Amino acid sequence: MALRKVKGNLERMFDKNLTDLVRGIRNNKETESKYISQCMEEIKTELRQDNLAVKANAVAKLTYLQMLGYDISWAGFNIIEVMSSPKFTYKRIGYLSASQCFHQDTEVLMLTTNMIRKDLNSHNMYDSGTALTGLACFISGDLARDLANDVMTLLTSTKPYLRKKAVLLLYKVFLKFPEALRPAFPRLKEKLEDPDPGVQSAAVNVICELARKNPKNYLSLAPVFFKLMTSSTNNWMLIKIIKLFGALTPLEPRLGKKLIEPLTNLIHSTSAMSLLYECINTVIAVLISISSGMPNHNASIQLCVQKLRILIEDSDQNLQAQTGKVVKYLGLLAMSKILKTHPKSVQAHKDLVLQCLDDKDESIRLRALDLLYGMVTKKTVMEIVRRLMTHMDRAEGTMYRDELLQKIILICSQNNFQYITNFEWYISVLVELCRMEGTQHGGLIASQLMDVAIRVVAVREFTVGQMALLLDNAHVIVGPAAARSSIAEVLYAAAWICGEFSQLLANPKATLESMVRGKVVSLPGHIQAIYVHNMLKLYAHIIATAEEEDDSEMIEEVTTLLLERLPVFVSSGDLEVQERASCIVHVVTYVQKCHKNGDKVGVDLIHLMTGELNPVAPKAQKKVPLPDGLDLDVWINDPPSESEEEEDDAFKKEIFVKAESSSRHKKEKYEPSEEELQKLRDARRAEQASNPYYVKSSAQTSPRPNHNSIQIDEIPVAAIDLNVSLKIPGMTSLDKYQLVDGWQDGSKKRHKKQKKRSKRKGPLTSSSDEEIRQAHVVNTDVGEMPEGAHFSDDNEVDDRPEDDPHRALDIDLDEPLAPNEVLPTRTHYEVHSQKTPEESNEANLQPSQTPTKKKSKNKKDKKEKKEKTKKVKKEQKKVKKKFTGNEENLILDLMDSVKVAAISDETPVAANHINGITDAKNKEKPTDDLDFWLSKDDSSSQAPSEPIVDGTERTASPSSYPSGRDESKSKKTKTKKEKKAKKEKGKDKSEKKKSRKREKVEDSSIRNREEYEETNGTVTQDLEDKPVIPTVQPNNRLLAEDSFLRLDYSTAAMDGVMSEVLVCIKFTNHSSKSISKLQLMLPDSSALKMIRNDPQSELVNLPWTLDPGESKESQLSFTAEDDTIPDKLRGSLSYIQDGTSSSDLSLRLEFPVTTFLSGKTASRATFTDLLSSGQLSARSSFTIPECPWSFPEVLEEVTRGGSLAVVESVDQTASLYGRSLHGHHVCLLVKYQASSRLTVDGKSTEGILLSNALDHLKTVLMQKQ
Amino acid sequence: MIKAILVFNNHGKPRLTKFYQYFNEEMQQQIIKETFQLVSKRDDNVCNFLEGGSLIGGADYKLIYRHYATLYFVFCVDSSESELGILDLIQVFVETLDKCFENVCELDLIFHVDKVHYILNELVMGGMVLETNMTEIITRIEDQNKLEKQEAGLAAAPARAVSAVKSMNLPQQIKDIKLPDLPAAIKDLKF
Repeated sequence: MALRKVKGNLERMFDKNLTDLVRGIRNNKETESKYISQCMEEIKTELRQDNLAVKANAVAKLTYLQMLGYDISWAGFNIIEVMSSPKFTYKRIGYLSASQCFHQDTEVLMLTTNMIRKDLNSHNMYDSGTALTGLACFISGDLARDLANDVMTLLTSTKPYLRKKAVLLLYKVFLKFPEALRPAFPRLKEKLEDPDPGVQSAAVNVICELARKNPKNYLSLAPVFFKLMTSSTNNWMLIKIIKLFGALTPLEPRLGKKLIEPLTNLIHSTSAMSLLYECINTVIAVLISISSGMPNHNASIQLCVQKLRILIEDSDQNLQAQTGKVVKYLGLLAMSKILKTHPKSVQAHKDLVLQCLDDKDESIRLRALDLLYGMVTKKTVMEIVRRLMTHMDRAEGTMYRDELLQKIILICSQNNFQYITNFEWYISVLVELCRMEGTQHGGLIASQLMDVAIRVVAVREFTVGQMALLLDNAHVIVGPAAARSSIAEVLYAAAWICGEFSQLLANPKATLESMVRGKVVSLPGHIQAIYVHNMLKLYAHIIATAEEEDDSEMIEEVTTLLLERLPVFVSSGDLEVQERASCIVHVVTYVQKCHKNGDKVGVDLIHLMTGELNPVAPKAQKKVPLPDGLDLDVWINDPPSESEEEEDDAFKKEIFVKAESSSRHKKEKYEPSEEELQKLRDARRAEQASNPYYVKSSAQTSPRPNHNSIQIDEIPVAAIDLNVSLKIPGMTSLDKYQLVDGWQDGSKKRHKKQKKRSKRKGPLTSSSDEEIRQAHVVNTDVGEMPEGAHFSDDNEVDDRPEDDPHRALDIDLDEPLAPNEVLPTRTHYEVHSQKTPEESNEANLQPSQTPTKKKSKNKKDKKEKKEKTKKVKKEQKKVKKKFTGNEENLILDLMDSVKVAAISDETPVAANHINGITDAKNKEKPTDDLDFWLSKDDSSSQAPSEPIVDGTERTASPSSYPSGRDESKSKKTKTKKEKKAKKEKGKDKSEKKKSRKREKVEDSSIRNREEYEETNGTVTQDLEDKPVIPTVQPNNRLLAEDSFLRLDYSTAAMDGVMSEVLVCIKFTNHSSKSISKLQLMLPDSSALKMIRNDPQSELVNLPWTLDPGESKESQLSFTAEDDTIPDKLRGSLSYIQDGTSSSDLSLRLEFPVTTFLSGKTASRATFTDLLSSGQLSARSSFTIPECPWSFPEVLEEVTRGGSLAVVESVDQTASLYGRSLHGHHVCLLVKYQASSRLTVDGKSTEGILLSNALDHLKTVLMQKQ
Repeated sequence: MIKAILVFNNHGKPRLTKFYQYFNEEMQQQIIKETFQLVSKRDDNVCNFLEGGSLIGGADYKLIYRHYATLYFVFCVDSSESELGILDLIQVFVETLDKCFENVCELDLIFHVDKVHYILNELVMGGMVLETNMTEIITRIEDQNKLEKQEAGLAAAPARAVSAVKSMNLPQQIKDIKLPDLPAAIKDLKF
């Protein structure tokens, strides 16, 4: 045997190890694949051997080959063998290999469950560590479900190394097995406060990851994170937290206000670039979310922008080149975020951004461009565009140049040309852009040209002039490089504009000639078609004018020109061109014929082309409603052309009428014909016509405008003579607009005139706060839209893909756990297999055998539960199938607690214990916590030294009396809650007033009930299960009183995770002097311990002063070791009155057992389950023969303080439920008989508790006698 | 979340691949290729992160990389990670390698890819950052190495001798990765 081992070792020596393999591959570069396939064969034989060392070596080599792209999944079983090795060395190799090639669908993973579990629970920390790491890579849904509990156990490991890894793994578990999230979450939350910073960081990491996808569920954790943020020095964690806050602030603006200060502090103090950047980013997010005014709001923005500037500027000098660029890039990115909300603060740094345009890195340049887009104002647009254009000349690479061109156009055209004050300048820019070689954005330029020409009536003439020049110089534009670019598109626009507005042409004939001449035929078909069509328009115009002037020579000339050139187009390859050309040839021949007969056809001809053009909204086509009775599938017998036309017309009319009567459409149009000028004198009409925003009725717009009658005078534009130079061939220069602005001087008079008018008009000029006024008016119509359609009614789409696991993780974590919401635990399969299906059905029907759980009663939850049980059943079946025939009874299976509960009564408790899931506190609590935390004023009267364990609403408004409504208020949707909170604020105010009044009047320790009735809300926890609506009264009791000070206190059991009793003490100063330096001395008793900040000291300092008449509250929390017996604490309060005389007051805090009870988790279902389960072994009862109180009063008294809650109430009988801090149940049946005889029957899991509780109740109820 | 960690040399040869989301081997190779093409064409003086390639998830993911001598260290991360934070993490990773291999060079990564994996596993787990404190990481790695040595014991001695002989003809290991001097800003950064 020994010999064999030695021999095995010797053989092994000469096997290839990983190093040999690598070296071999390097030595066989030419024949690599051949060499590797040879190695693969070797590996396969090695894997067949029994020696685990050999196998491990083989697997290690496989892992290397996997990296090179070889599939090694065939060795899955061998990998698992190596993973199961007892030696760490081999185990590690196995797990590494598994993490590289296994994934959630790998089938062999099924075999690994128990092995991994063994490793997780191994004594060797690194075995567990390796298993955790590996599992994080290949965890599947089944593994997650089966091992969730083991991972949870590791959370409490004594080794931070394992805790850390387990916490991280939890995230993967949640992804694959979302049901685990709710039961595991309390534990995860605890880890946020783990003593080890690494574990803390891991927990932060996981929660951030969860919260990123479903932020709203994690809002309640904000206070914890806030604390971490202000205390931690771990930059990595800080970054994560700050990023998380960035995601949370949009949901809770109040959070933002709280964040600003610590974040600015961090910005000031940190030296880490990464942290600084994230801080700035979050501050920006915060400022965006709090749109409402904040006092030092601007200061923060300024700080951010300044810091960013320093980042961007310094990044080149102080940092390693690469990092510097990153910082620069990110800086610009952050700036663009600020820009969206605070454009002014960023605009000041225009120089910096322009500087970045010269950066070597293209991505930085593009970022800078993005920024510029938003930085443009009316004042700066010309300069920025000029800079961009000079930049474009220097820029290399058409890609980037195209990007620049596009940006220029976007900058100028944004918001309906919002920033353009001078459209002539813009047209010149566009014309200049046409000279860009090889651009792909010809279409863009063309559409801009057309857009401006149509919408800005004032510059139409100028545009037409420029376009004529363009047409004339077409050969320059469409150079040899044109084939690869789309610049020819501008000719499309030019031809169209010249044709459409031919009446504005200075020399129509010359333009017509330039259109006919040249290499038009070489242009793309659709441009040729436009050319041909617009030739006709020009022709018509020329003929009409010539006829008026009786210039028959001109007519002759033009007609022959066309007839000469058009045949070229008739023989065009493009059908459209061909068709149009032949049509036009016929028209021209006809006109020629008419002229020969001496007929004048010019006017008729021009009528072919007249008609006002209205912009059509881009979405209009889609929004046209389907007319009644129109079935597109039905065959239409009529000739399509006719019917189409008719329909179209009908449509248009309707659309136009509606559109124009809607106020959305502001139509601006100059119709300054002679007649109308006359009418202008009529005051009403004058206003209508002169106000560009006046919505004109269709009656006024529909008549075909007489183009000839447009009066240049009316157009508020520079005199043409200034632009005469432009008509010289060659393009306009842009400089003149910036340097001289001559046109402005020339038109000053006109401006003045306009100003005068605008005073009357009002809104036109007052709308722009910039000093620079717009020279031309733009028709900013959104365009025609069909009736009833809205311009932007896009549907919101959830951008998360269907298979995103985070969808499943959108789980409300504040809701208390339902009884079946525990992690699957291991049980003996044997037991389960003996169950008949009926039994398991029963088990499913009675899921609440786990009495410690509060059942969640949401309909939705029920559904979920059902699904879950279904799932469980399925899984059961699966498991059964899998293991049938397997004789080993010890095979462990996982079951849902439902089953577990059915099997034994102990299991649920055990499971409970293992998971550390005690019932979650009242679901309201965390959010109230948050509300409280958020609304807490920094200088609030709250004693900062007090451990703030729970801040229900009562602390949020210090002077309002504690009321039970908060505890019992049911949580609905978040928005509802917010609304409620707002309402409550209002209520608080009224309460305040009341409480003041009350202070004067009241003399007894028990409050007058009527005063509360208004403020106390009703229990609406669950309407479905709880038809009774009992009111919960606070249990205020007098603690101590002397002539100066009065102390009241109330208690509430915070069962669940905390298992604490919260005592709220209210200090009321009813002397006429102020009281300060209050010190509370409260020694602990044997069972009751106060949670103190300083465990050594029995003193509690209350660091505030009480002014005369003022009352303040302080909260103390206690833990109770024994919750079955009543307790009391004696202590004293010392205070100084008026700064001089000190006094003492002795106190006695009573803790009857009901203090330890809480009825928050009461529900009918759990109640009946409890009663039928037989757990309630203890019974007790008492009778009061002649109860002086009415039934409602009795109920009110019993439920005071929320220690017991009414589960059901019928007539004069009610059942109540309460649960103690340590999970004992108390069920009461209160019967009130006609003869005012009161019987209270109690059942409980704990006899002493029950008898003590009943004793207490009896004394309370008897008191009145 | 980190989606993938890739280390390859100036020629695109993978030296370490770690995918935290499953891709089959063929896809993995294509991703490496694509990432290499994206990263290698960039100058050293340009911004060192960029949008992910189409294969790995496109614009939702960012490639954050550092280039050291012959090697590219590329992290593919989603929007929840801080870009500068990841750059620091890469630095931590490389410095840890440097400590563990004593002047790390590409050859160390070539011949000890398994060890590099183990080191990486102490930094990042399942796509989430596990530890950023270098001393802690190194302690853990040394502990595990000790454990390995213990287990190997005497039995491994002959094997070690053989492998020592085998590596005799190994060319002088060129220590070609030179860690750049850390800029002041990063040195201050204490995780």
